Amino acid sequence: MTAALSVVVVTGISRFLGANVAARLAADDRVGRVVGLDPNEPAAEIQELLGGVEQVRADAGSAPTVVAELDAEVVVHLALITSPEPGGRSAMKEQNVIGTMQLLAACQQAPHLRKLVMRSSTAAYGASFRDPAVFTEETEPRQVPRGGFARDILDIEGYLRGFRRRRPDISATVLRFAPFIGSTADTTLTRYFAQPIVPTVLGRDPRLQFLHVDDALEVVHRSVVEDHPGTYNVAGAGVLALSQAIRRAGRLAVPVFEPGLSAAATLAGGLRLGRYGLDQLDLFVHGRVVDTTRLVEEFGFEPRTTAAAFDDFIRRHADRALVSADHLAAAERTILDGIRRVRAATAKELPLGASWPPAARESLGSARAEPRGRPQRSEDGHE
Amino acid sequence: MSDPAVQDVPGDPWDKRVASALSFLRRRLSGQYEVDEFGFDPELTDHVFYPVLRRLYHDWFRTEVFGLENLPDDGAGLVVGNHSGTVAMDALMLSIAIHDGHPKARHLRLLGADLVFRVPVLSELTRKSGGTVACNPDAERLLSGGELVGVFPEGFKGVGKHYRDRYKLQRFGRGGFVSAALRTGTPIVPVAIVGAEEIYPILGDLKPVARLLKLPYFPVTPTFPWLGPLGLVPLPSKWLIEFCPPIPTADLVDQADDPMVIFNLADQVRETIQHTLHRLLAKRPDPFGR
Repeated sequence: MTAALSVVVVTGISRFLGANVAARLAADDRVGRVVGLDPNEPAAEIQELLGGVEQVRADAGSAPTVVAELDAEVVVHLALITSPEPGGRSAMKEQNVIGTMQLLAACQQAPHLRKLVMRSSTAAYGASFRDPAVFTEETEPRQVPRGGFARDILDIEGYLRGFRRRRPDISATVLRFAPFIGSTADTTLTRYFAQPIVPTVLGRDPRLQFLHVDDALEVVHRSVVEDHPGTYNVAGAGVLALSQAIRRAGRLAVPVFEPGLSAAATLAGGLRLGRYGLDQLDLFVHGRVVDTTRLVEEFGFEPRTTAAAFDDFIRRHADRALVSADHLAAAERTILDGIRRVRAATAKELPLGASWPPAARESLGSARAEPRGRPQRSEDGHE
Repeated sequence: MSDPAVQDVPGDPWDKRVASALSFLRRRLSGQYEVDEFGFDPELTDHVFYPVLRRLYHDWFRTEVFGLENLPDDGAGLVVGNHSGTVAMDALMLSIAIHDGHPKARHLRLLGADLVFRVPVLSELTRKSGGTVACNPDAERLLSGGELVGVFPEGFKGVGKHYRDRYKLQRFGRGGFVSAALRTGTPIVPVAIVGAEEIYPILGDLKPVARLLKLPYFPVTPTFPWLGPLGLVPLPSKWLIEFCPPIPTADLVDQADDPMVIFNLADQVRETIQHTLHRLLAKRPDPFGR
């Protein structure tokens, strides 16, 4: 465990992740001052979180002054935009790439900076048909991705490599997060799964991994108060296929021909409609699975599994499900009972029924009372 | 077995089958199944893919298998075979031979060309049945996980060759499969597959069409494309599959980067398969016999 930290600067506190990270740091005794840096006024519900956090309303351009004046010991850079907002793609790139460049320039000159924690994404691995199934931190992207956010991430990680070369004395932690999910997360992907009918790419069933937002907060917190230099994949263990996730959520998948979707995504990007873009399309064609061995070994922390994180999300959004697991179980029971009743009736009428001993007919009644699934499983065992 | 009459009573097989099918359907529709990080869906494979392939395996190709004892009981193994037959039917039949013949009913995890993963639907069928991209990170990950991995180093040179070159092994590429085995200390089990060459005999290759469709070749067989969809029915050749004794690699782990060692070992595997092919062909004078 490290000594107390005097000043921690957190960027992007007008957003969910930044605000929660800052609030948790402010509540930790090991941390002295927590200063939030963001050009935007946080929304009211986010402002509530920021009780113990000093706020500086400034964009990354003034980061050098802020970091130097505060004599920051740790900088936590979370101000990334994952999908174009009203400002459009150019504003997004400005914030992600130029903002990070300016912040890193500020950090490079800060004399007492000890640590830098950066948010990145598993989008850093690009998307190609020649990709290995599972990315480790060493995997190089084989193809420049189509999505704007993924390209920003590649740029950002490029700058960071340069920064590490120039300031090897600063411990830099890069966290490559899988897409966030959970009951409180609100992202492009959670909004996608929250719809009752969800479009998918025809003929593709990508493997997805999620990270519960609470676990993301935990990992960022530990990166600040403990020392874990290096790059880490941060994701929930295990995998859900997109079709499987949609079924678990009780949604209906509508497969769409890919060229149509790409055109729609490009058009939506151009017209600044919605938040779907080529980033989502790349994910939905190629899927993305990472190895988290390094995180688990180094942090001694295991994020909840992808399936568990997704379950937490489903519970929150169960009201908009079209078909729930209970519906299906009820339908199964009805059909099975119906078939049994019909068979029992025909067996009574037909003389052939004689070959069906009365005892068996009784056992039908008892079989119905058995807990679901048990008889089937024993049948599976025989195969 | 003392009182079979009593045991029979609750075992109404028809009822059980209906109940099991319904419960299978419910599990599938509610997403209550597991896929691994490569996308392998064992439930779908065992209950949907394998039963279909099994019919082809027994009734259509009348497959006979030898040398199953050469497969590792458990733990990793790299099964290396000859590739032929225009489409990768040999890989699928090999999976059935291993699953149904191995005492522990092991799943063969196949490594496929990236072309397979470019094609919608096909890519997902491959992943769900346990396949993944043929690249060293995936091969080594599967092998370190103790899986039985299947690979065809000839690639398209093997599947897409002319009928007159049948059962002549093509070049083995860069021997990436050997380095994956060496790095993980996995035994290599060569396997010879006879029968796949005759299912769609390639008599010609329409190169311009292939280029247009971005395929490595466009086959012309006695029935395809002349008979349309009927041309997709494979000819009912007689299949023989023989697993050869495993080649241990555990003592070569530190030589995984030595190209000489890799080429020699790849050659050894290739020779073994070629000899076994000749021996099997002598056993099967008529390609379409019983």
